[in-house]
Amino acid sequence: MATVNPPMEAAQSDAPSRTGVWTWLTTTDHKKIGLLYGGSAIVFFVVGGIEALLIRVQLATPNGEFLSADAYNQMFTMHATTMVFLVVMPAAAAFTNYFLPLLIGARDVAFPRLNAFSYWVFLFGGLFLTSSFFLGGAPDGGWFGYAPLSSQLNEVVRMDYWALGLQIVGLASLLASVNFITTMFTMRAPGMTLMRMPVFAWMALVVNFLLLFSLPIITVGLIQVFLDRNLGTLFFDAANGGDPILWQHLFWLFGHPEVYILILPAMGIVSEVLPTFSRKPLFGRSFVIFSGIAIGFMGFGVWAHHMFTAGLGPVAEAAFALTTMFIAVPTGVKIFNWLGTVWGGSVRLATPMLFSLGFIAMFVIGGLSGVTHSVAPADWQQHDTYYVVAHFHYVLFGGAVLGLMAGMYYWWPKITGKLLDERLGKIHFWLILAGFNLTFAPMHILGLNGMPRRTYRYPEGLGFEFWNFLATLGSFLIAVSMLVLFWNMFRTWRRGEVAGPDPWDGRTLEWTISSPPPEHNFDRIPVVEHEDDFWYRKYSTADDGTSVAIDPPPDMEVEPEANIHLPSPSFYPVLTGSGMFVTLMGLVYVPWGLVAVGVGALITMWGLFGWSMEPITREDH
Amino acid sequence: MISVVWLALGRLPAFGGDRRSIRAGQSRRHRGSRVIERTLRRKRTFLVLLALAAMFVLAACAGPDRLGIDSVVDSDLPQNALDPAGPAARSIDNLWWLVFWIATVIFVVVEAALIFVVFRFRRRGGTDEPVKQVHGSTRLEIVWTIIPAVILAAIAVPTIATLFDLRAEPAPSENALQVEVTGHQWWWEFYYPEYDVTTANELHIPAGRPVYLTMTSADVIHSFWVPQLNGKRDLVPGRTTNLTLEADEPGVFFGQCAEFCGLAHADMRHRVFAETEADFEAWASAQAEPATLPAEGPAAAGWETFQISCASCHTVDGTSAEGDFAPNLTHFASRTTFGGATFANTEAHLREWLRDPIDLKPMRPDYNDLEAGRVLGMPNLGLTEVEIDGLIAFLDTLE
Repeated sequence: MATVNPPMEAAQSDAPSRTGVWTWLTTTDHKKIGLLYGGSAIVFFVVGGIEALLIRVQLATPNGEFLSADAYNQMFTMHATTMVFLVVMPAAAAFTNYFLPLLIGARDVAFPRLNAFSYWVFLFGGLFLTSSFFLGGAPDGGWFGYAPLSSQLNEVVRMDYWALGLQIVGLASLLASVNFITTMFTMRAPGMTLMRMPVFAWMALVVNFLLLFSLPIITVGLIQVFLDRNLGTLFFDAANGGDPILWQHLFWLFGHPEVYILILPAMGIVSEVLPTFSRKPLFGRSFVIFSGIAIGFMGFGVWAHHMFTAGLGPVAEAAFALTTMFIAVPTGVKIFNWLGTVWGGSVRLATPMLFSLGFIAMFVIGGLSGVTHSVAPADWQQHDTYYVVAHFHYVLFGGAVLGLMAGMYYWWPKITGKLLDERLGKIHFWLILAGFNLTFAPMHILGLNGMPRRTYRYPEGLGFEFWNFLATLGSFLIAVSMLVLFWNMFRTWRRGEVAGPDPWDGRTLEWTISSPPPEHNFDRIPVVEHEDDFWYRKYSTADDGTSVAIDPPPDMEVEPEANIHLPSPSFYPVLTGSGMFVTLMGLVYVPWGLVAVGVGALITMWGLFGWSMEPITREDH
Repeated sequence: MISVVWLALGRLPAFGGDRRSIRAGQSRRHRGSRVIERTLRRKRTFLVLLALAAMFVLAACAGPDRLGIDSVVDSDLPQNALDPAGPAARSIDNLWWLVFWIATVIFVVVEAALIFVVFRFRRRGGTDEPVKQVHGSTRLEIVWTIIPAVILAAIAVPTIATLFDLRAEPAPSENALQVEVTGHQWWWEFYYPEYDVTTANELHIPAGRPVYLTMTSADVIHSFWVPQLNGKRDLVPGRTTNLTLEADEPGVFFGQCAEFCGLAHADMRHRVFAETEADFEAWASAQAEPATLPAEGPAAAGWETFQISCASCHTVDGTSAEGDFAPNLTHFASRTTFGGATFANTEAHLREWLRDPIDLKPMRPDYNDLEAGRVLGMPNLGLTEVEIDGLIAFLDTLE
């Protein structure tokens, strides 16, 4: 895959000419793929956000008639599916793609074409899921697709879109996880020991192991649902000896690690941002890393807390209540270490720092309401109510999304070379924080007052009117805050302040190179001597333990390496992915769709064949 | 709808005026604060108008109230889990408040610490101060690992105790009333084996005596939940699950299906009527009586229509109507609601329902397959107004 390129100057002079659509379709550059992931995540965030706003308008008043029950069920199913699989996961993949090689001092990921393939499969999966809105209706059985509701009704194709769409998006993540794990184990710069890896890379490592082990479980479950629906296999049909509870075990054995898949990248980002803006190393670094690993392991042992009301029996419920409580311990360790990082620092409240602090403040609320779920009898009241909706939005929006936004503000200057406007960034932060709390804090009360989730309307007289109206106002405030962000991006894209290589006085390797980085990342692969290596190249430590800038500042220019290995572009990943898209479309409309299945399979075969036969050396560089 | 809001706003005089004054303020900044003040005041007016417009437009999306909960209970929060009215709900409530206060203390401590460190160590004057590069403290790590673990262990003890306590079947000495519950898309079936009574959506129980529910589902997973009496428990096809309800005092308690069960999940509600032992016995023996068919008048004509249009799905005990796909209507007139306890049992609602059930409640009768035992709601029977009059008169006789 790697080719011997002409010297680096040639690579650089060549760069500006490669900006067309074809370049993006065939790119194997981890940074371009990261941008594709990021752009797609933003587009799907808008889609998922519009779905959320429609839900909130429907619920603003009792007996809402804005959406039909049918439309509402599609909206909440697709809102969750979109936000989980098409927004937060690809956004994390965007950061991992773009920054993992930069953070560990590598020129690309281990398998660049596989990386491109992961992206295209994800994108086609997302388009496949979203296209269902225009092809007979979107999935309407919940993102969790409980059997037998999801496996019955074989007249309707909607849950086929869901079963196949999740399958294919999962495949994208599974392939990416193999790629990233290999990259981290084999491509670290000299001296970058595992314990010197930045914490974001560590959290990415844990996430990708979680993906590797949890996705096969849901894969099996989704195949069973699909076969039940289309071939009458009876896996989940109780009347014929199947078991609906089996689906719940399979789903949540994937679904709970998935929660950590969503939150750990944000935790990694926060662990990079807090030290930079406090000008101190991460407090208790190894404890933060090991608590992340502990969360990863324990995440596989708590799934049945999603099933406390399914009637598993008191012993099982007690066991999972205990494991769930104790996963709060490593989570707490992380929060205390973040506070310890800021303690004693010289804190600069720039936008990335505000979002990171907002992440901690909101995640604490989500974590504590999570502990109340682990109290199984209390969960019998809370389960499937708006209290749970409030809880996981505090974790996934207040946590994951705010954390990812911290990462976006933090790394935007590295990606674009321009700083986002600080004033607009702060307006965005305070608006989204206010809107978020206005939307989701009332949901705690709604849930405890007896409002179940996934209900398209509620009658007057149950006391749900006021809080729902407030939540709807809050959701529009979030929408306004996002407009501020988009305006900020648009405005600074061309006219923003030039960032320079190191706008935040950063600590990690990505800040040693130009913004945006050259295609080959590093002129010379760095030799790492410390954790936070870049900091110690800029600062020496005085006797009292404080950092003193090295004077004069060290010259970061290095003699470029003569031969730089870069992956060749390839057309085959996108081709193979498109073949799989056609196959999926055909599978939804069995039997006549089998023609499309055949065509798609041929395209996929062509792609895989061409891929494996592709010459190793790029001829026409 | 959003475009409606924008169209409405575009016509508001405050909106245009506001923009003009901003422009004026920008070009003539030297005129001082008065312009800015006026701009701000107009902005405030604009925001108030915006909120009013939003409320007005959203209110237009609300449908009519067909349930009339206010006429049944005094409470503002009749489905409130934090207002327990029975021993099970109360012990959950006690546990919840214990955990709530512990969580609140932790919340206050952590958020206060966060705000403190940010303000205490905020960079002042825009210059970076030399910072001691502290890498960590093993002692602190041990402390903040052990303290949460101890707190959680303290929560775990009452949790496990309550859990086993509430999952236990009532002792024979408690003389629990047995009720079999079946969940259907989208209504509830209650069967009292001691009385051989079948009813729908409205569960009558004696106050002060445990009621042991044995539950299953006819189609997909549902969840039975009466927040004031106990937590929820799922009804799973092919399995039985159990839940104990007990009300301290007579009263009406609200609940609804809590596991997403398809199209009309929101309209699968139920009510529990807790009554004195004497009232309950009277109710149960009345329910055990078969129906008496009307001999003449519109009700008799209604019975004719019923036999043709309704009897293949609905049962009326003591008659030839023996369909078992839909709620048993033997004592329909004694119920306060119908349609999954979603509509008050009034003549007007019944008339709407009989004209077109799907107009009131979203269902998929087009997927009904009686031979396969699959029912997804009541179809539009295409009844004439005369037939509807008769049916309403007939249903009214089913006391």
